[in-house]
Amino acid sequence: MGRLYAVVAAGGFRRYATYRVATVAGVFTNCVFGFIVAYAYTALWDARPRLGGYDLPQAVTYVWLGQALLAACATMGGGFEDELIERIRTGDIAVDLYRPADLQLWWLAGDLGRAAFQLLGRGIVPMAVGAFAFDLALPGDALTWLAFLCAVLLGLVVSFALRFLIALSAFWLLDGAGMAQMGMLAAMFFSGMLLPLNVFPGALGELARALPWSALLQVPADIFLGRRTGWDLVGAFGFQAAWALALLMAGRALQSVATRRVVVQGG
Amino acid sequence: MRAVTDSASGTDGAAGEGGTGVEDFIELDGVEKVFDVRRKVGFLRRERHQVRAVDSISFRVPRGEMVGYIGPNGAGKSTTIKMLTGILTPSAGRLRVAGVDPSRERTRLAQRIGVVFGQRTTLWWDLPLIDSYRLMHRMYRVPDARFRENLDRCVELLDLGELLDVPVRQLSLGQRMRGDIAAALLHDPEVLYLDEPTIGLDVISKAKVRGFLRDLNAERGTTVLLTTHDLTDIEQLCRRVMVIDHGRLLYDGALTGLHEVGESERTLVVDLEREVPPIELPGTRARTVRTQGPRQWLAFPATESAAPLVARIAAEYPLVDLSVREPDIEAVIAKMYADRSAV
Amino acid sequence: MAEDVAVAAPAEAAPGAGGRSGAEPWIPELSRGAVLWNGLRAYGLIVAMWTRSTMAYRASFAMMAFGNFAATAFDFVAILMMFSHIESLGGFSLSEVAFLYGTAGTAFGLAELVLGSMNRLGGRVRDGTLDTLLVRPVPVLAQVAADKFALRRLGRVLQGLLVLGYGLATLDLDWTVARVLLLPTMIVSGAAIFCAVFVVGGAFQFWAQDASEVQNAFTYGGNTLLQYPPSVFGRELVRGVTFVVPLAFANWIPALYIMGREVPLGLPQEVAFLPPVVAAVCCALAGLVWRTGLRAYRSTGS
Repeated sequence: MGRLYAVVAAGGFRRYATYRVATVAGVFTNCVFGFIVAYAYTALWDARPRLGGYDLPQAVTYVWLGQALLAACATMGGGFEDELIERIRTGDIAVDLYRPADLQLWWLAGDLGRAAFQLLGRGIVPMAVGAFAFDLALPGDALTWLAFLCAVLLGLVVSFALRFLIALSAFWLLDGAGMAQMGMLAAMFFSGMLLPLNVFPGALGELARALPWSALLQVPADIFLGRRTGWDLVGAFGFQAAWALALLMAGRALQSVATRRVVVQGG
Repeated sequence: MRAVTDSASGTDGAAGEGGTGVEDFIELDGVEKVFDVRRKVGFLRRERHQVRAVDSISFRVPRGEMVGYIGPNGAGKSTTIKMLTGILTPSAGRLRVAGVDPSRERTRLAQRIGVVFGQRTTLWWDLPLIDSYRLMHRMYRVPDARFRENLDRCVELLDLGELLDVPVRQLSLGQRMRGDIAAALLHDPEVLYLDEPTIGLDVISKAKVRGFLRDLNAERGTTVLLTTHDLTDIEQLCRRVMVIDHGRLLYDGALTGLHEVGESERTLVVDLEREVPPIELPGTRARTVRTQGPRQWLAFPATESAAPLVARIAAEYPLVDLSVREPDIEAVIAKMYADRSAV
Repeated sequence: MAEDVAVAAPAEAAPGAGGRSGAEPWIPELSRGAVLWNGLRAYGLIVAMWTRSTMAYRASFAMMAFGNFAATAFDFVAILMMFSHIESLGGFSLSEVAFLYGTAGTAFGLAELVLGSMNRLGGRVRDGTLDTLLVRPVPVLAQVAADKFALRRLGRVLQGLLVLGYGLATLDLDWTVARVLLLPTMIVSGAAIFCAVFVVGGAFQFWAQDASEVQNAFTYGGNTLLQYPPSVFGRELVRGVTFVVPLAFANWIPALYIMGREVPLGLPQEVAFLPPVVAAVCCALAGLVWRTGLRAYRSTGS
């Protein structure tokens, strides 16, 4: 069974790997935004050094990490969700439900394959450009890099689980696109893409840091910047894993309700 | 088979010949389309080479004619249609539709032509059929009365009544094709280009589309040029057919003449009283291709008469019954292609 | 063959003078100068149709329009949060940044509303549906631009105007007639400059079908850039968006003049009145690029 999902994941990887020009174009756009936001943050941290506990190189590194993870986390869309919504809308989903594979795992495998490609294809170059143009705070030891990659992986699963829930809402709502857009909005704001969550003021900051979206960017970035080590690192992983599990379970529950609905309606 | 390729080599002179040019609605003289194709060789190196999609094609289509344009995939049919509609600019040669150069006067000519692409719709995918029609109405500036009249006629003949309020993406292929044909005709085009209009349609839809095209051509005198894979389309609609392959025109003439050009064979099916060894007729070009009990099949060139063969068989063998089978065009064209690629 | 033709030829096809024998009497003659008008008319027709069809699902429309509004609002919320920690960014107060944000956002929002569908061109080239636009009697640009027109993008315009209103209300500006006139002029010119960028970005996809994202770098990226004061950015970047892709004329240069601040790069104050000229030049150039792209497509077919 595991083999099947490995094949699906490899398929997801390959499918995105064929769009070379699109990947180059995306990298270009990531870099342009990286420059703009990095300059803006520089002005901000010049005015308030150590804002949110970051020094300037850490703040700028945060910007480029955001750009590098944007495509992989599908924060602004571009993942599997549009396709799943379309299949639900057209009723093709009935076919998927009769497949001998689990619907959620099937899509998870495909999406992780996609994310793996976009992490490489859309992540490495912007990070390198950022490191070339700015003074970045890159981790010195391999263990931090490894911890970062684990956090990214957990973040990708959380991202998937959120988008899976949103896509399944298309079973009940006429217009899945509207929900998808709302999901993107929430992801942009609460992942810390617009501003690091530790700069968010007061209660809003505490709320944002507790929500699942912080697992996409804020948590991996803090690990990358060496701000979460020892037991704190374990806590960070625990936070991500707990959200991943809870959201996957919620998706599973929703999926079984939806399945019954499809079966009752006769497909 | 040689007849056309020869005449195609004369590029210019042909246009002014005699008084025939006046009525010719579509004129092509030595039209070519060459594409640059870049192919990957190795990691970053790319090799450029040229593909001649249409290679020095010349033909004339008089107003009101219905012509079939056939050939295998990638033969250059669609490229020709794209040049006729002005989508593509020819690389060389002279091309006129209704006296104007389509690639220069594309938008203006669009008012006078109708196009149906079998593989992709000209309708607005997410909108009900009627919305596309209303938009065409305004876009082509069709007078209201004329639009109503044309729409009613199409709705009736193409059986679109119940589909008008359905979004195009929910239509079946056959329904969509009928919707597309109607859309191409609402502005009374003088010529209709159809690129694979029956591809993927069921038998009933095909019959409906063919009947409609026949009426359109007969009643309104609309010039029709259609490309197709389906030779039944041609057999039922067109008296004239052009065959294209590898960008060159292999044949241009009456459908019936295709057999001779294709140097195809007819088959004589002979029923004898009893089983005998294969029939041999020395001195003729007939040969036995198959035997099955008392029945034998003899192939002979389509250009020769069957009468002398029948006389000899009747004289030399215990003949009970016999029939002559005409070659089907599909086989003829397949043979033409085979001959050509063998050269 | 010849007699078949004689039978099939319709009575009305009697050859007239010139090539237009048998043409239907209602076919409008279009002069070359009418092409622009024809294009605008077609744009209007298609836009009207899309608007009518989206209005059929009012609830969905309201949700999407709010989404658009909220998406851009979050953007400004981030800026507000920055200013909760600081007094000024690059020497500019919150009100001044709001003014920059509002003018850029409104101008860009208008351009996005009008031409936001240009990024779909590459897909149309890839799947061949561009051909269906080329056989219609109206300019292709109008058809591509109006395709899937989304009125919900008004959300961004509205948000831009609100932020601009906030900026204007909290700034104490020294209003002269010139400044009052310059404000609407710069927004319209800015929208036109962004439109030119959208068109060039669209035309680029004639050559690189999958590269619609590059356009985003200049459109959405440009918008983000202009929301911050020029003093935040490196001099080379400011130079680039002044002289290469003249986005600076969309708001920085005229906005700084209206706020009574120095125009960047030590340029004379008078350049603040150049936006209409720059916009006209940009649009003309964009038109040329578009024509070149379309011509390239029509000679290569892919």
